[in-house]
Amino acid sequence: MKQELRTDRLSAFYGAHCAIRDITMTFRPKSITALIGPSGCGKSTLLRCLNRMHEVIANTTVKGQVMLDGSNVYDSGIDTTSLRRRVGMVFQRPNPFPTMSISDNVLAGVRLAGDVSDRSTLAEIAERSLRRAALWDEVKDILNRPGTSLSGGQQQRLCIARALAIEPEVLLMDEPASSLDPISTMKIEDLMREIKTDFTIIIVTHNMQQAARVSDFTGFMLAGEAAPGELIEFDESSKIFTTPQDKRTEDYITGRFG
Amino acid sequence: MSRLAVRNAWSAFMICVAAACAGIAALLLAIIVLYVLSKGAGALRPTFFTQIPRPVGIPGGGVANAILGSAEIIALASIAAVPIGTAAGVYLALFGRGRVAASVRFLSDVLTGVPSIAIGVFAYALVVLPARQFSAVSASVALGIIMLPIIVRTTEEAVRLVPHTIREGALALGIPAWKATLLVTVPVARPGITTGVLLAIARVAGESAPLLFTAFGNPQWSVGLTHPIAALPLVIFQYAISPYKDWQQTAWGGALVLIALVFALNLAARVALRSRFAR
Ligand SMILES: Nc1ncnc2c1ncn2[C@@H]1O[C@H](COP(=O)(O)OP(=O)(O)OP(=O)(O)O)[C@@H](O)[C@H]1O
Ligand SMILES: [Mg+2]
Repeated sequence: MKQELRTDRLSAFYGAHCAIRDITMTFRPKSITALIGPSGCGKSTLLRCLNRMHEVIANTTVKGQVMLDGSNVYDSGIDTTSLRRRVGMVFQRPNPFPTMSISDNVLAGVRLAGDVSDRSTLAEIAERSLRRAALWDEVKDILNRPGTSLSGGQQQRLCIARALAIEPEVLLMDEPASSLDPISTMKIEDLMREIKTDFTIIIVTHNMQQAARVSDFTGFMLAGEAAPGELIEFDESSKIFTTPQDKRTEDYITGRFG
Repeated sequence: MSRLAVRNAWSAFMICVAAACAGIAALLLAIIVLYVLSKGAGALRPTFFTQIPRPVGIPGGGVANAILGSAEIIALASIAAVPIGTAAGVYLALFGRGRVAASVRFLSDVLTGVPSIAIGVFAYALVVLPARQFSAVSASVALGIIMLPIIVRTTEEAVRLVPHTIREGALALGIPAWKATLLVTVPVARPGITTGVLLAIARVAGESAPLLFTAFGNPQWSVGLTHPIAALPLVIFQYAISPYKDWQQTAWGGALVLIALVFALNLAARVALRSRFAR
């Protein structure tokens, strides 16, 4: 499978308010794309449009297309549940399911969305996902404790393991390290580098060094005073962070505004 | 005196007033419980819980049929009101934006305030009149209607308190919306929902007015749904106004059992709520 994901003149609205306008970009399979830009420029909105989580909020609409392997995910025949199994998501704040144990959290997707119920298969999936998320060693003896009993950084890696367990093709990460200490952050960055051989990763971050460190491509977004967010520049990260073509990109990454 | 001293004095005075009010409330409750205990404890012989009433003057006898009857009426009312009420509450909390939801909310608030005797009359007109018979089922209808709005609103509140990020996390895993609701959101709210259900049961357990012309009362063993049935509050009412000493004592005993039941339900509700973050 090529796992090619691209947007075509994608616009998203909250009621009448347009949050992003005419975003056209292609996400290279099996690589990491970073989305950067000042607060409120629509990074989260763009991310949520990719797996149709935008429409979970009331009164929202989307225009344009999101193409996954050649078909528009906004076509009427598309089933959002199977789309979201292919395009997984990790949220800005860890959100483990409070009534579930650590292992139940990891397996929530395969149990409730898929139809895996064989015990040994489930145990394998749990271990593999937790190992990938660099959490296994810390929780292997306490798999039956509540997911919420972990520290914030561990909870975030638990949520990553939960997203990996359903074997998505694309993984969307909305500032996954924003509430984490440097060590947890590093673990998550290592993890991203490791899993990009299997997944297409799109990460929103406010941390310029992080974007430069882990991403292959970077998109810079910007919104005007009352204007919706737009994609200003999109290129290989090495170019964006060394020789940006647009003055606004340069101002932003050198910290002159935003 | 400086301003600050005046303020501090005023503050201390108000705290005393508030503490006194709290003390009075607690004292009244304690007096009621102790009084009922002193009057009713003597009635609680084993036969009280195993036998049906005996004629005046004949020793022994109990209110077993009324205890069973109350249990049956309340169980039946819960079987109907709990699923409907919790489902409506979940609906209101998750999808309740439109005009339909607003009217459901308004109606259940109004229903909470309707005197229970009026709901009894309603059940009388709805069930008793067409069937030409007092019945257990008509009493359950009345109690169920009283329970419904309590369950709806507490469920709605409990589900509303679940952060929406939890539900989004479930949806983002490709879990279908109905499963995300039933298997992820509702379990988080379950302690609150349980509390609401228990409080609703506690509320109707002591209701007597709506039973007067629905359950009607029955001095015999009777569990038939379509027959008049004994209920604890009715027995208390009948026996308390009777001129006979031993019947009056039975009434006190019944009151004691009811208070104990309500107390236990409230305690259970607290325990359920406390386990909120435990597994
Ligand atoms: N639930 C919502 N309802 C209405 N407007 C919203 C909602 N969420 C976001 N917006 C608006 O959409 C625009 C883009 O928001 P978005 O959250 O995508 O920004 P962002 O780039 O992710 O910002 P941040 O870096 O602070 O997370 C903002 O103008 C915001 O006010
Ligand atoms: Mg954001």
